[in-house]
Amino acid sequence: MFDFLSQEPVRVVLALLLTFGFLIGSMLILLYLERKIAAFIQDRHGPHHVGKWGLLQAVADTFKLLLKEDVISANVDRRVFIMAPVVFFSPVIAAFAVLPFSKDLTAINLNVGVIYLMALGSLDVLGLIMAGWSSNNKYSLIGGFRAAAQMISYELPLGLSFVVPVMLAGSLSLVDIVHAQDHYWFVLIQPLALVTMFTAGLAETNRNPFDLPEAESELVAGFMTEYSGLRWAMFFLGEYGNMIVVSSVAATMFFGGWHGWLLPGILWFLAKVYIFLCLFMWIRSTLPRLRADQLMSFGWKVLIPLTLVNLVVTSFVILLLPDAYQLPLGIISWALMLAFVFSFRRVVFPRRVSKSLEFRRTA
Amino acid sequence: MKEMFRIHDKKCEKVTEKVRAGLGQRFLSLSLLAYDMVGLTLSPESLLETAEYLRDTPGLEFQFLSCLSGVDRQDRLEVVYHLHSLTAGVSLQLTVSLPNDRPEVDSVTSIWPGANWYEREAYDMYGIVFRGHPNLTRILTDDEFVGHPLRKSYWTEGGLV
Amino acid sequence: MKLIEHHPIESKVAGLRTEEMLLNMGPQHPSTHGVLRLVLQISGETVTDVTPVIGYLHRGMEKIFENRTYLQGIRYTNNIDYLSQMINEHAFVGAVEQLLNLDVPRRAEYIRVIVDELQRIASHLVWLGTYLLDLGAFTPINYCFRDRDEILEMFETLGGSRFNVNYMRVGGVLADLPMGFLGRLEKFLHRFIHTVDELEELIGGNEIFEVRTMNVGRMSPELGIAYGISGPCLRASGVNFDIRTFRPYSIYPELGVVPQVEVSGDAFARYQVRMNEMRESVRLIQRAIEGLPGGPVRARMPHLLRPPKGESYYTVESPRGEMGYYLISDGSTNPYRAKVRPPCFVNLQILPELLRGARIGDVVSVLGSIDIILGEVDR
Repeated sequence: MFDFLSQEPVRVVLALLLTFGFLIGSMLILLYLERKIAAFIQDRHGPHHVGKWGLLQAVADTFKLLLKEDVISANVDRRVFIMAPVVFFSPVIAAFAVLPFSKDLTAINLNVGVIYLMALGSLDVLGLIMAGWSSNNKYSLIGGFRAAAQMISYELPLGLSFVVPVMLAGSLSLVDIVHAQDHYWFVLIQPLALVTMFTAGLAETNRNPFDLPEAESELVAGFMTEYSGLRWAMFFLGEYGNMIVVSSVAATMFFGGWHGWLLPGILWFLAKVYIFLCLFMWIRSTLPRLRADQLMSFGWKVLIPLTLVNLVVTSFVILLLPDAYQLPLGIISWALMLAFVFSFRRVVFPRRVSKSLEFRRTA
Repeated sequence: MKEMFRIHDKKCEKVTEKVRAGLGQRFLSLSLLAYDMVGLTLSPESLLETAEYLRDTPGLEFQFLSCLSGVDRQDRLEVVYHLHSLTAGVSLQLTVSLPNDRPEVDSVTSIWPGANWYEREAYDMYGIVFRGHPNLTRILTDDEFVGHPLRKSYWTEGGLV
Repeated sequence: MKLIEHHPIESKVAGLRTEEMLLNMGPQHPSTHGVLRLVLQISGETVTDVTPVIGYLHRGMEKIFENRTYLQGIRYTNNIDYLSQMINEHAFVGAVEQLLNLDVPRRAEYIRVIVDELQRIASHLVWLGTYLLDLGAFTPINYCFRDRDEILEMFETLGGSRFNVNYMRVGGVLADLPMGFLGRLEKFLHRFIHTVDELEELIGGNEIFEVRTMNVGRMSPELGIAYGISGPCLRASGVNFDIRTFRPYSIYPELGVVPQVEVSGDAFARYQVRMNEMRESVRLIQRAIEGLPGGPVRARMPHLLRPPKGESYYTVESPRGEMGYYLISDGSTNPYRAKVRPPCFVNLQILPELLRGARIGDVVSVLGSIDIILGEVDR
């Protein structure tokens, strides 16, 4: 019977079903985890009514969303409106096909896996624009455009950060990148690429501090205003799916994917992914939001030059010392990253206290 | 507390003398209302120039408009201005009386821009018209509101007062 | 309602006609701090004009005062500025006492000051939490409200109610401090001083907060004085104007208030002023506790007060600025005229000046930093 299962078409279908199941299950877990982590940081309980420790909260939320009335405003562009969540959600599911969960548990070992992921990331933007436009609402339109501008701008640093592990591994396939980390993890010699990749990933997934498009307390209520019920759930789950993809890629490219001791590879992979997801949520509960123009200027004026510099330095070192590039590259990269982190305040957000005017002090 | 009174009394005296000297006979009454408040009553015609004098004269410098109220005294309407002088440390209460049938007075928004919404409120609540106000429309009640609620003749609980 | 004229702007690209857009931040909005409507005229990302439309919370307070006795009126003052209620009460009863030329017992004055300063801390905590919530940080509001809850519990032991306490009376306060109040207060103050430092480190040191509040909404002192702005907004622009030192009332002269002043005039300066004011309030309360005398807490008054004919204008320093009551008495049991001097009503007028030329993202930041309470704006 297992022969039947290991035949190619069956294996692919099974793998896809498993990844889909993993996706949905993960999203439910993430819903709960997000609220509990936020509550823990905010000194309160979080969900604790539904089920022991509130574990069934996600199930309750899903039921609620499924049973909601499907409201579509009268003046919307119907076909585009209905398709937008689908266009947003589908690339997320498709991305799971190439993630290397374990040595034998990769659905499809594409030899251009990295490019495939980048392409799917670009497709997400289309869904946002469709949502913003079809809602027939000034706020959604502005929100949609801002989201699109943000996501497009931050794809560049994301892609440039991807190139570095690709250079170190010599292949575009995610499985090969994991194999190349058999002896040491890439984070040890290229932490800067990880930092920039994670920051760009925050912006790609519209998470705090880059969550302007979906911010409720800003002027525009966001591109998701007119969506409710299951359609809104698809946007929401798409965002979580994006988070999982970004975390998986970070774990794959820098932390060795499934490599680990004693326990099976899949557990190590999941552990690494969940550590990154918790990092996403930790940042969300801690930082305020960037203004739109500050967001864009940070992406274009800081992140892109930084990733370019990183790329050039990496390529030079690998070219000059093709056999022993690890140590020099590690030293340079760690130095650059520490310099970036500690000069962050002065360089990126210079304290623009102006020369004070002539102020009169009265009695 | 007594010490404070004495200091303020002196300041008020100085201010009162300066006002008396500057205005000549163009005021109706000038007195000490509280230990730190000088009271001045004017006729509506001399309001603008007196206000400018109060704001610009060194030693007076009543640049801070604290409050602008309308009062319905039944036989007349009044506009009461409360001013602070940050440099002299003294407050001033300026009262202007208007006739009931034509309650019009010059707007002081050109002198104290902060009077803008105050005057709109006085117009809304009492019907006092401020000549020269940039946008004299109702502010607290809605646009279709009829009547001036804070007048004593406006309907209140138990019927017409 | 005709608000703003539409002016088509001729763009630099030949033949491309652009128009300004009217964007409505309607009365129901998560970050307008109440029912305030802002009509924004925007051109691209820049705000060219703002028209605040108020009156959605107008309840006719001043008319209500004219139809209630002085004792009954105290309860309505709580609803005007519902985040620092007892400071409103203080202003109202102070005005009545000035009409009566009444000396309030010393112990009552000390208790009033303690309660006032606690109200100031509570109000600033709410301001801080909600301001950061507007800026996108979800966590500080929980820390601020956690401490504010302790203050509200103390108020409950004082007057029976956490929120609209109705504690002050003409001639003193309702009742003496309950047993254990001072001990609880001192424990709270010891803990709170560290919380303020913690909040300052968490928030003030954050680069994103800095970049969203520095140089945003700068107000020059001349503009502030001309518009009648008072409170932390004016003190953040370098003008040392605090009612507690300008028109001293109660026992503030003995306690020695140090008004907190900053010079930059932007939203960050207003944040700093309020944080420092919280620290100053803690110091004032500690000094008041040390000097708390014994004695009665309420002067003997007739039940139905009939102040003699006269007028009084009594101002206090509320967390938002100069709060005052202009009371005219005609000798009867009800005030003839009770005019409320609302600090937020005046402070809100400066919003169009501050936002002209700013970006849309700054609207929320500037509006939050002015700290308005719609109950006070509309009465």
